[in-house]
Amino acid sequence: MKTSASPLKWLASREGLYYLALALLLVVILPLALDPFRLNMVGKYLTYAFVAVGLVMCWGKAGILSLGQGVFFGLGGYCMAMFLKLEASTPEATAIQSTPGIPDFMDWNQLTELPWFWEPFHSFAFTLIALIGVPVLLALIIGLAMFTRRVGGVYFAIITQAIAAILTILIIGQQGYTGGVNGITDLQTLMGWDIRTDEAKTLLYFVCVGLLFLCLFTARFVQNRKLGRILVAMNAQEMRVRFSGYDVAAFKIFVFCLAAAFAGVGGALFTLIVGFMSPSFIGIVASIEMVIFCALGGRLSLLGAVYGALLVNAAKSGFSESLPELWPFLMGALFIGVVLAFPNGLAGLYQTYVMPLEARLFRRRTPTPPAAPATGRKDDGKPFDPMIDHFSPEKS
Amino acid sequence: MGTTTTAAGRRPSGTRKGLRGSLWTLAASVMLASTAQAAVPPTPEVNTTGLAVTDDTVKVGILHSITGTMAISEIGSVQAEKLAIDQINAAGGVLGRKIEYVQEDGASDWPTFAEKARKLLRQDDVAAIFGCWTSASRKAVLPVIEQYNGMLYYPTFYEGLEQSPNVIYTGQEATQQILAGIDWAVKTKGAKTFYLLGSDYIWPRTSNKIARKHIDKLGLKVVGEEYYPLGHTQFNSVINKIKLKKPDVIFASVVGGSNVAFYKQMKAAGVDFTDEKPLLLTISVTEDEIRGIGGENVNGIYASMKYFQSLDNPNNQDFVKAFKAAYGDDMVIGDVTQAAYLGPWLWKMAVEKAGSFDIDKIREASPGIEFTKAPEGYVRIHENHHLWSKTRIGQAQTDGQYKVVYETPELMEPDPFPEGYQ
Repeated sequence: MKTSASPLKWLASREGLYYLALALLLVVILPLALDPFRLNMVGKYLTYAFVAVGLVMCWGKAGILSLGQGVFFGLGGYCMAMFLKLEASTPEATAIQSTPGIPDFMDWNQLTELPWFWEPFHSFAFTLIALIGVPVLLALIIGLAMFTRRVGGVYFAIITQAIAAILTILIIGQQGYTGGVNGITDLQTLMGWDIRTDEAKTLLYFVCVGLLFLCLFTARFVQNRKLGRILVAMNAQEMRVRFSGYDVAAFKIFVFCLAAAFAGVGGALFTLIVGFMSPSFIGIVASIEMVIFCALGGRLSLLGAVYGALLVNAAKSGFSESLPELWPFLMGALFIGVVLAFPNGLAGLYQTYVMPLEARLFRRRTPTPPAAPATGRKDDGKPFDPMIDHFSPEKS
Repeated sequence: MGTTTTAAGRRPSGTRKGLRGSLWTLAASVMLASTAQAAVPPTPEVNTTGLAVTDDTVKVGILHSITGTMAISEIGSVQAEKLAIDQINAAGGVLGRKIEYVQEDGASDWPTFAEKARKLLRQDDVAAIFGCWTSASRKAVLPVIEQYNGMLYYPTFYEGLEQSPNVIYTGQEATQQILAGIDWAVKTKGAKTFYLLGSDYIWPRTSNKIARKHIDKLGLKVVGEEYYPLGHTQFNSVINKIKLKKPDVIFASVVGGSNVAFYKQMKAAGVDFTDEKPLLLTISVTEDEIRGIGGENVNGIYASMKYFQSLDNPNNQDFVKAFKAAYGDDMVIGDVTQAAYLGPWLWKMAVEKAGSFDIDKIREASPGIEFTKAPEGYVRIHENHHLWSKTRIGQAQTDGQYKVVYETPELMEPDPFPEGYQ
């Protein structure tokens, strides 16, 4: 692929500049402009961006609407929370309990020994594998059950929502094993490193930004391959793709698992940044909110999803701080307004209004940089078609 | 836990104020001092850790759900806390400073509670937080409060098993409600068999654990114990079981919307609570809940709590009058609302006893503080940060009020980690 052969050239391209702008915002501007408390909140918003990026792939590109992404986010988060909780529940720290050495909520629920499925979470390596592996495994099972039977569209969305409801009920009901509705709270250290200090939170923020870019590049890599094109084709004309000899179900399962993996990483980071995990992130409302981040950012744009997650959550915090009585109405108005007025979200808005300006500016200031024509493509002021990826190089 | 980092981590108050602002304050304080109006201690003396205290104001936080499923329960607490703050301000404030509050919405969502608590402590530098309702929200907020060394006044009756140096628990912990309630049922009603029923989460489970141990100790019998998920609305099967086992007492800790279904279905099944066969003793239905269930559906049930709106004492009459004057005549006041009202008052007394807003000094000053003007009567803060308080048994009337039928002669000692009950 040409782009990977010359990353510098890619950075100078329009797409590269967008990524640079986002990196500049997240790595330089926000950390300088915000105090550690606000930066920590941005870190929390960014963990939702992982889910939103996954949804762009799964829903925006491949057309599979999942209303249960909270499940994968939550599973990733719970895996991390279990590890941290075990670390916090040393026999010394829990000496006051009837059974020291087990998490506090188990003791309250009359458990006297650690359940078997908690045991492996003593190991950090296992936890790291599990926080991606568990969500992916569940996505694989759901995908195999659904897509091979050609369940799709609305039916699939409803089933994912039901799974979100089931998992929430399961976790709340089995409180001795899961912490119930309280969730797993009071997480303190990661391998002896106190995650509650400002320094730790700032570092975790940068880790979060780094991993988010890793996810973005992974998603971009997939989208620019033949694989990505098949996903888009599948969305537009599933039958044609099938009759062309492709196994549609396999592609769907793949992209669904990919989105689950992203969500799992986001959930694990959420646990680290926020310091606890509870079933309220798994439920239907949380899952739908995640779809809204993606819709607001623009469901076809990877970067739009990141901005969407940032914006919606910042608005949520901002509105609820300044107008505690009115904020749910303002949030509702924001969603309805954006979806009605700009169906392609922020990214669509940007493409319609800002991009033409940008194109004009580019042409005037830097008359054809040699890099652009060399790749022999676009920036020709054609109206934007969201189904076509304008940034992809020609097939190699 | 984290006390020292907090002091260093906090910004000194007033840095955000312009030079002109501070000059004005200076001038004002000089004028105040020269007229020798009141002995208002200077801010640097009463605030050494950078809380939001100025020469004439002090900032506190109110953190409850005013949206979402818990709003209906928590709004009463918000109203009570605001009423107390207004009354304290009208009486001259705290150490000569008017209380200003920052209200945040926990939105019935535990992580939001944690985020808002962090915001109140880090951004607003509040001197105290009055808030939280469910155990889940308290558990979410607790690490934050401990990390940044804040002080939370928590109003709800709860399961105990907790004692944080950064929380004052103004509601009852489980043993205070349960032991007195069961003793009363055994002594005055001759109860021998009990059926334990609750919503499925930590508070009912812990409460029933304590109840069961106590019943065992008395040599009596538990004939059934059942839990239903939050929001459950089908109680027919348990009603049949109850009819079969014929317990003397149903000990109920069902919460929230489930109550509506439970009491209506009991009534539909032909149970008349005024017959007291079986007698129903609840620790979870306050006047607030009855408003949702309907007085006619709970007529005759007994509740074991520390406060009922109908309590007949001068403090309570003043309180009910002030509450209705502020929020309307149709307001009802439940146990938690009253406990929330205690928060600002107990904080004010602790600050004045300590002569400082510093959290560490308030913590030291709090045990032993007495509040004689409490609507529930006299309360005192125990070493373990819970309140000594009396427990009352009330019988629900059709108008949605409880008639007080019994009151413990002595204050019940709070015992969040009861020996032999765990």
